[in-house]
Amino acid sequence: MRSKGADAAVSLINSATTTVPKYRVEMIEVSKSFGGVHALRDVSLGVEPGQIHALVGENGAGKSTLMKILSGVVQKDKGEILIDGRPALIPDPRTAKKLGIGIIYQEFALAPDLSVVENIYISRLGGKFGLVRLKPLNAKAAELLGSLGLTFDLRERCGKLSVAYQQAVEIVKALSENTRILILDEPTAVLAPPEVERLFAVLRRLKSQGVSIIYISHRLNEIFKIADIVTVIRDGSIAGTANPASSTMDEIISLMIGRRLEAMYPPRRASIGDDVFRAEGIRWGGRVKDVSFCVKRGEVLGFAGLVGSGRTEMVRAIFGADPLSAGKIWIDGRRTQIRSPRDAVRAGLALVPEDRKAQGVLLLLAIRENLSMTRLPILTAFLGFMRLKKAKAIAEDLIRQLAIKTTGSDVKVSQLSGGNQQKVALAKWFGAGTRSSVVFLDEPTRGVDVAAKVEIYKLVNDLAEQGLGVVIISSEMIELIGMCDRVLVMHDGSLQGELPRDALTEENIMRLAVGKSGPAVSNRRDVNREEMT
Amino acid sequence: MMNRKLITEAPVVGPAELPRTIVRTASALLVKYNIVVVFILMVIVSSMVSDVFMTPQNISNLLVQVSGASIASLGMLLVILTGGIDLSVGSVFALSSVVLALSTLRFPLALALLIAILVSCASGSLVGYLVAGRGMAPFMATLAFMTIDRGMAFILSKGSPISLPESASALNTVFGTESLLGVPYPVLLMFVVFVYVLFTLRFSVFGRLIVGIGSNETAVLLSGIQVRRYKFLVYVLSAGLSALGGVISTARTGVGSPVVGEGVELDAIAAVVIGGGSLMGGKGTALNTLLGALILGMIGNIMNLMNVPGYPQEVVKGVIIIVALLLQGIRRPES
Repeated sequence: MRSKGADAAVSLINSATTTVPKYRVEMIEVSKSFGGVHALRDVSLGVEPGQIHALVGENGAGKSTLMKILSGVVQKDKGEILIDGRPALIPDPRTAKKLGIGIIYQEFALAPDLSVVENIYISRLGGKFGLVRLKPLNAKAAELLGSLGLTFDLRERCGKLSVAYQQAVEIVKALSENTRILILDEPTAVLAPPEVERLFAVLRRLKSQGVSIIYISHRLNEIFKIADIVTVIRDGSIAGTANPASSTMDEIISLMIGRRLEAMYPPRRASIGDDVFRAEGIRWGGRVKDVSFCVKRGEVLGFAGLVGSGRTEMVRAIFGADPLSAGKIWIDGRRTQIRSPRDAVRAGLALVPEDRKAQGVLLLLAIRENLSMTRLPILTAFLGFMRLKKAKAIAEDLIRQLAIKTTGSDVKVSQLSGGNQQKVALAKWFGAGTRSSVVFLDEPTRGVDVAAKVEIYKLVNDLAEQGLGVVIISSEMIELIGMCDRVLVMHDGSLQGELPRDALTEENIMRLAVGKSGPAVSNRRDVNREEMT
Repeated sequence: MMNRKLITEAPVVGPAELPRTIVRTASALLVKYNIVVVFILMVIVSSMVSDVFMTPQNISNLLVQVSGASIASLGMLLVILTGGIDLSVGSVFALSSVVLALSTLRFPLALALLIAILVSCASGSLVGYLVAGRGMAPFMATLAFMTIDRGMAFILSKGSPISLPESASALNTVFGTESLLGVPYPVLLMFVVFVYVLFTLRFSVFGRLIVGIGSNETAVLLSGIQVRRYKFLVYVLSAGLSALGGVISTARTGVGSPVVGEGVELDAIAAVVIGGGSLMGGKGTALNTLLGALILGMIGNIMNLMNVPGYPQEVVKGVIIIVALLLQGIRRPES
């Protein structure tokens, strides 16, 4: 099928060296820093032909940066890359492609308004007179699909395909470009289990065809299923390498977080009290379907689910950012109407949104100004002037309390590291002039290093100990397991189940997140059926 | 919570379901082709309120009147498909009109035409350079050229209309009075451009990549395609097509004028958007854009026939644009 590229590669190897190099791609002591912050430090990694090499690590550990360097999107400061044993320079994505390196991002790089076949061959559409020659392309694409055991309509617009199929299109696109090193960034984050199985089947076929696969994920159970070898990366360095056949999951987790699980998640001495927040029958558009739950004082409640399961939408709807289609809310036992974020804040809700830079903080304003935003009433003086001294005092107090690393309260938030930016986003809701009683944290530790994570966890504990209700939405199951008293799992906009602390395992969460489980499933199907008719 | 209805077999389309299915298919078709529906409705309403509307003379007038703006709209479509916008369209009308008239005073007609179009394309390529080469926001770059081109037209013409000389009378005859098989030449030109844009967008690499860029620019860029080249080209094409509009206007009136084409850019944007185009890029077709331009022209035409004065006409036009857009709102957002 892909014999041309493979033959070329083989002959290239043979002519270059007498002994075939062990690795298809080898990265040697690669370093990279962004503005003084080390993203990668002397990272070495080798991938053999026909090997599935898993790269795991917490968010912000440096996996993505390493892969961006390999695919030419980011340039390394130091180090060497060998392809088939020969040094390679990869100044841009085009060169990476020529070297046979293909990358499939979490956010698919497809044009939704173009057809499947047009997307696959987008860089080689041209025929005579600048016209698109679809016939031969269709034939070629069908052949490639066949070799992977896939079939689907090549004329369909990509925007109409399910994510699983879009991902398949991406893989076929990469293969059509004679990719010999395929990088997949969290490929299963958006897939349901049968789709994951299908993806694994495709990956195994590619493996048997000699393609080297770098598989980024933090779903450890998957890695045990598919990977030949696991490299763990933590805070920009290689923390260790493990063989899934002879290692345990706990060993890999310890490598990922650099300490024992207990040390990562500090103990909490909060007493759990009465309901501080209760929501009933929350609906939003077609994405959130009849969700009811409550949070108690001093409790940390987690929300798990796949990407797109409706968690973020639900919280935004509760907060009045995208007003509810239906549902009732009680705060401290009082029925409360929330039509806008202003109502929500007045009622005592706080939201730290998932996209920190776009929604959580104002990057171009000073820390002080960011922190003033949520407590304007106590900072406003006669004629609408701002009480600058007081604002500064509050800001400095919070900076100390939350250990935000900065030279002063006048520093722009854009100059802080991700973890400190997140602390600012959190600090907006505490201290003088705020009246939060329930805090919603959407992916609070995304893009934050391990040390900052521990500090954020301590902060969450502080809040719970002060008697607030804390709701955490997270895609990192380890985090939910480590932090929460109780986890609710969402699937396709509905609550799929509840897991008390002693039932919190990755398997249990995943099973619910993908829509499996006993009675809840049959209920859900009935609901769907009713909506259809 | 939910009353449980246990249905295990696949849903069967029963007799009671059938009308529903038909209604659903029909409404789906209506939604998909809503611009065609709006167009047909307007034709029906127009021919009911005015006896004159459906006469060959009026239809021919209407088509000639909209030809320039329609051609500019098709150019605008190319720009909007990439996610850009071109506010300089109307000023390019004026620039090409003045340059054409001035050139005919000195050069043979064919050369003068070429000069007018090349000058306009030069303006378009400067815009293209700023947008594609320097990463300037299309809105700002074309806003600047909207002023620059209009100003240049005034400077070159010294502020007054320039009559075409005797040597250029052929232009006036062809575009003003003559027709081919009953089709006036401006209309013919409009259809040629329409077919060109239709064909380009459907079948050419250039056209497909334009749609791709508007759809997901990063994706196209990461596929190793020179996105900048294509973004540059759409502005050149938009200016070139607008120049054709200016030429038609000059030929019909017999004067090169620095004030022609005022507001054409807004009509062109309106035509694309009424035709279902998205200002975010990636969506819009040649046929729908042409229909959008014809709808806009029809609004003016029918109100003229009904002796509605100019100012109320503007208001009605705005309202009809809003209605057309609201009708499109029925379209379900794709998830």
